[in-house]
Amino acid sequence: MSYVWRLVLFAVAIAAAEEGGQAPLRGASPLEDAASLVRQSQEAFYHAGTDLKARVKMTLLTKDGQQRLRELTMLRKNEAEGSQRYFLYFHGPPDVRGTIFMVYTYPNREDDRWLFIPALNLVQRVAARDSRSSFVGSDFSYEDVSGRDLEADTHRVVRTEALGSRQTVVIESVPTREADYAKKLSWIEQVTFLPLKEEYYDVQGAPYKVFTTDEIRDVQGFPTVTKRTMTNVKTGHKTEVVYENVAYNVGLGEEIFTERALRRPPEKWLK
Amino acid sequence: MLRLIIFLASVVLWVHSSRPISHASGVSAENLSFHGFLQANYDFRLTGQQPPNPQGGDLLFGEERFQLRLGYSNEKVRLFTRTDFYYDHVANRPSIESREAYAEGSAGAADLRAGRQILIWGIGDLLFINDIFAKDFGAFFSGRPIEYLRVPQDAFKLDVGTTGLSAEIMAIPFFQADKLPSNSSFVEFDPFPGVPRTTQDPSVALKNTELAGRIYGTTWGFDTALYLYRGFFRIPALQPNQISAPTLVTETFPRLAVYGASTRGNALGGVVSAEVGYYDSLDDHSGRNPAIPNSQFRYLAAYQRQLWEDFTLGLQYYGELMFQHDAFLATLPAGLPSQDQHRQLATVRLTQLFWNQTLRVGLFAFYSPTDQDYYLIPEIRYSISDNLWVAAVGNIFGGRSTTTFFGQFDADDNLAITMRYEF
Repeated sequence: MSYVWRLVLFAVAIAAAEEGGQAPLRGASPLEDAASLVRQSQEAFYHAGTDLKARVKMTLLTKDGQQRLRELTMLRKNEAEGSQRYFLYFHGPPDVRGTIFMVYTYPNREDDRWLFIPALNLVQRVAARDSRSSFVGSDFSYEDVSGRDLEADTHRVVRTEALGSRQTVVIESVPTREADYAKKLSWIEQVTFLPLKEEYYDVQGAPYKVFTTDEIRDVQGFPTVTKRTMTNVKTGHKTEVVYENVAYNVGLGEEIFTERALRRPPEKWLK
Repeated sequence: MLRLIIFLASVVLWVHSSRPISHASGVSAENLSFHGFLQANYDFRLTGQQPPNPQGGDLLFGEERFQLRLGYSNEKVRLFTRTDFYYDHVANRPSIESREAYAEGSAGAADLRAGRQILIWGIGDLLFINDIFAKDFGAFFSGRPIEYLRVPQDAFKLDVGTTGLSAEIMAIPFFQADKLPSNSSFVEFDPFPGVPRTTQDPSVALKNTELAGRIYGTTWGFDTALYLYRGFFRIPALQPNQISAPTLVTETFPRLAVYGASTRGNALGGVVSAEVGYYDSLDDHSGRNPAIPNSQFRYLAAYQRQLWEDFTLGLQYYGELMFQHDAFLATLPAGLPSQDQHRQLATVRLTQLFWNQTLRVGLFAFYSPTDQDYYLIPEIRYSISDNLWVAAVGNIFGGRSTTTFFGQFDADDNLAITMRYEF
């Protein structure tokens, strides 16, 4: 999708927002415009490049300052029709070192998930029904790591708003499928289409989880969120995530995303 | 020896503590890895009963253990050793155990691993059909960490793969029997009480080399595999020198072939799996030799589902169908317990995680409607920090009869405490 096309879509969305969503523009309803904006955002946030390699450092912080680290190599490859494959190799903490999560994601279908436990040399299949559940004990859910189906919510443009020096469109998403939130607001940047902020609301209408983008870097022409934080407002627990050594289009082969590779991880991609 | 353990442990801890916190590596050059743990693990019998001549009294198991894992790898070659140094408080002596020590080479789509390794396959959760590799049930029944259920084997393993289909072929020249709970620690059923025993392992010979193969792949989201094994039963068959009043019992390991298949994948909102295997008792097709197990068909169906956040339910149903059951009954020596033609087992696993998954509370339960016995394993485990965890595991046995697989350990209910520092 070219930049020009993104900007056109964006302009349409803005126009729709400014007219209060009353008048359809050029045959497209505001609802669809919001959805295309979210699609653009997901493309930029989860699907950039044909593949990706990154070193991911997660810091889990309790309210009283206790901290735990999770460090992993993320290998991601885009497949046909919006499917993706993930190979997540844990370097730490020590009791999970060498553990591997492999995930195949599909639009509008349950993920396939595998778990490799090195001490037992054992490959397990993991039940994937609840994608909103916590990823390795962090404040991020599985869906926050690999993306949520566009059709799992209805999206609406609420307003435009400046966050610092960046112009954003605020989108409201209300789940139509199982979710732990009743409503989500996303601040989507006008130029990069990356989410700069997200607020998750519970059924009482109170925000309980807040996502913020803390750093965006240009990597090989792809604007990339290299620092992000998810805060649980109710418990005060938060998770900070840093992406290091990000590289796109590195040429990850199909053979990396197999049961065999779980038992013998591809060393050269994990350094 | 104990001094050596303490010395090695202190060197490791000193090196570790003098480095900034990072998970990336222990002490690591580019291709070297250096990791391990320090562990204390004690297991106490809770019933007040003891076997005759108990070795450790109510201490079923007790030790301090230091594990060192050393690895070297590059694109073509991988060397790995996992060595445990420990002090055993039941035997009152220090010891060394090599858990893994292998070299692995890669060429194209093939990897060959030679040496001591942990072999495992099949899909059952603590139920084994095609997983015919050596196990240490004594370790498991005394609440040791789950990896000690596996007994390392000295073997060659060839792994060949494409993106669609992969295969593993193993050759195991040195026979390794299963380790059963010892009668000096556990109160257990003995069909020949007080009779001296001797063990006759299959000799190391080309014709006795065990062969195991598996072809596997994932199609339509289902991991599917076919298995073949030719080797020996690993649980000893007891051969008395005479039926009426034996003066010597020989533990032998009759020949066995297993043909099986398994599949698992997403269905019904969870993970569904199924496994089958035909146990071909090569030395007793007629079923008329009471000292050799009869042929069997084994099956397993399982379902696992996350019911709510951080809570998982796992259910399994398992059965063993004995062939030539009439011949088994006709030749069963007087005084020995019979077996059902269709032994069945159900299991349930409940796991709940708390506090950002740092606290795990779980229960695993076996129940056999045919043997009418059970085995419950409650567990609680807490990660105090990224390096330190502590766990308590119970092992509770019981049943209608003291001659069935779990029922015989009725007097051995025990509680194990483990603390491990990993680096």
